[in-house]
Amino acid sequence: MDLISALLMAVGAAFSLLAGVGLHRFDDVFARMHAAGKASTLGLLLILLGVALRLSELGPVLKVGLVAVLAVITIPAGVHLIARAAWRAGTELADATVFDEVSQRRFDEF
Amino acid sequence: MTEFLESATLAMLGLAGLLALLRVGRGGSLPDKVLGADTLILVLAGGVAAGAGITRDGTFLDALVVVTLLGFVGTITVARYVERRGARA
Repeated sequence: MDLISALLMAVGAAFSLLAGVGLHRFDDVFARMHAAGKASTLGLLLILLGVALRLSELGPVLKVGLVAVLAVITIPAGVHLIARAAWRAGTELADATVFDEVSQRRFDEF
Repeated sequence: MTEFLESATLAMLGLAGLLALLRVGRGGSLPDKVLGADTLILVLAGGVAAGAGITRDGTFLDALVVVTLLGFVGTITVARYVERRGARA
């Protein structure tokens, strides 16, 4: 059982690492959000699952469940808020952008 | 094997935190910095959870709830600030 929870925590940490790598891999805010928002959430959930397997009494396990539920609700909402703020603040899109769905503007030169 | 996985977990979380911090430092536009800070807080929460798992004591789980919610509130506040101020930073 300990091995399974250690494995879960390691995979969760790997996903958090992917979120960090994703921040540098893409070249504009909106692409980076895909990696950072999703991978860090999954990483946190996996680590929490690994921790829940290890804890014996019910109290801490419920707390871990609470954190998992809160994380699933708040993180996507937070990243969405950053996306809306970034778009309204007028951040420039990556030059690989072809079509901006929100403002219906085309970027391809030809 | 478990000891190795546990130390690998902490090592990967540390690296993820470093990468997020690098993004905050080097961030192109202001929202990049905000995103890096948000990811940093989530990695921190993951670290607290991993720490609770490795040492097998539940005392820090309350702090975990606080960290997760503070990360959310912080992100909202900064997002409102970015919206008004523009992204040129």
